[in-house]
Amino acid sequence: MEKGTWQVKSGLAQMLKGGVIMDVVTAEQAKIAEDAGACAVMALERVPSDIRAAGGVARMADPVIIQAIMKTVTIPVMAKCRIGHFVEAQVLESLGVDYIDESEVLTPADESNHIWKHTYKVPFVCGCRDLGEALRRIAEGAAMMRTKGEAGTGNIVEAVRHMRAVMGEIRKIQNMTEDELQAEAKILGASLDLVREVKTLGRLPVVNFAAGGVATPSDAALMMQLGADGVFVGSGIFKASRPELVAKAVVKAVTHFNNPDIIAEVSKGLGEAMPGLDVRTLKQEQLLSVRGW
Amino acid sequence: MATIGVLALQGDFAEHLAALKKLGVQPREVRLPGELDGLDGLIIPGGESTSMARLMDIYGLREPLKERVRSGMTVWGTCAGMILLATKLTEDRPEPLGLMNIEVQRNGYGRQVDSFEADLPVPVLQTKTAFHAVFIRAPKVLSVGKNVTVLASLSQKGEVVAAQQDGMLATSFHPELTEDTRFHQYFLKMVGVH
Repeated sequence: MEKGTWQVKSGLAQMLKGGVIMDVVTAEQAKIAEDAGACAVMALERVPSDIRAAGGVARMADPVIIQAIMKTVTIPVMAKCRIGHFVEAQVLESLGVDYIDESEVLTPADESNHIWKHTYKVPFVCGCRDLGEALRRIAEGAAMMRTKGEAGTGNIVEAVRHMRAVMGEIRKIQNMTEDELQAEAKILGASLDLVREVKTLGRLPVVNFAAGGVATPSDAALMMQLGADGVFVGSGIFKASRPELVAKAVVKAVTHFNNPDIIAEVSKGLGEAMPGLDVRTLKQEQLLSVRGW
Repeated sequence: MATIGVLALQGDFAEHLAALKKLGVQPREVRLPGELDGLDGLIIPGGESTSMARLMDIYGLREPLKERVRSGMTVWGTCAGMILLATKLTEDRPEPLGLMNIEVQRNGYGRQVDSFEADLPVPVLQTKTAFHAVFIRAPKVLSVGKNVTVLASLSQKGEVVAAQQDGMLATSFHPELTEDTRFHQYFLKMVGVH
């Protein structure tokens, strides 16, 4: 019996596909998410839009909050640590969370190095803006990827940019010859082995979710049609005026992402969506997606 | 030609679809009740059983699915699919389909850090090579009832991890995550395809 293998780490992400992972800050919210059909929850101290508003240094959540959520729901519980903060990751592993998100939403602890993730039994998910970044994280041991998007804005534009970048680069690689792959790996800043694997598979070697700015059922279905395997919703649920309705609607829209009749039906009467931010009005230092490399 | 469906509400249905295609079957994705019509076999994949049960109920799949199984449709549940096939769970949620005489505990082997891989002897596959099984937050079979045949157990503790009752097959692990298609072939044999 072998535990903590690559197969079981990347395998859990495969079980989450076609599902919605929701940010929650209390056990009550976790329960609402589970009842709405979420396939996992992300246990946090603050949702991204509140982190954005609070400013200062955002860190791993209090273990008390994470444990209360783990006790309340039976679906997988994820938690975030800062980029490069391997001790926060050790703490989360010791708490027994099911997935660690090494996240740009928290303030980075290391501006040069991400966590070496192969040595952990618990799997990691990381954000990416393009294929090169995704493959660098996978080389470090990330067993699941997600787009970075621009968290806490309720604005899907960055997640779309990142998903299109990843999928477009994958399509490009598929038509490349061996000598071109070598040059492309250099441009991408990624290992040639992984670039070759992407060409063979026609997709990333791990599951890739959409994240960052999803606020409506249509946003979620848009990301699925662009090639996402599933969707993270952060502030979009519990910053909406009617969280339960939005949560249920997004779950339905992700399953039936290719069925406009169902997306139309579930979009009715959801109340006020979370307040949105125009990403172009944000200053460079307010952008979360540029953290990490 | 038999028609095989894979429940595609949530989870790793794409892996099952790929395994079936490798065996020359053109499977159908099932999200709505009408897509059950004319199916000879159905796979309920791995994923989150609470999510799947909820989506099954919202779109009215529960009763038609049970009816199809009662009238002879072969069905196979992997992991979450096994949970949904069970007659009894240790918790009150989700509500299972109640088709197979097994009692199941969700996440019975622990959380993700306890997920594991193991080699299983599976005599019914009629090959000597062990089946390399991947268990992810796997359900544990606590007891098997009438008419249930045990197909595989964990050698250390003898816990049941694969079982069959007439045209129903359940595995607490994920054959769809490996390249080994012997369980998919066995399922197709149950349907009568191969």
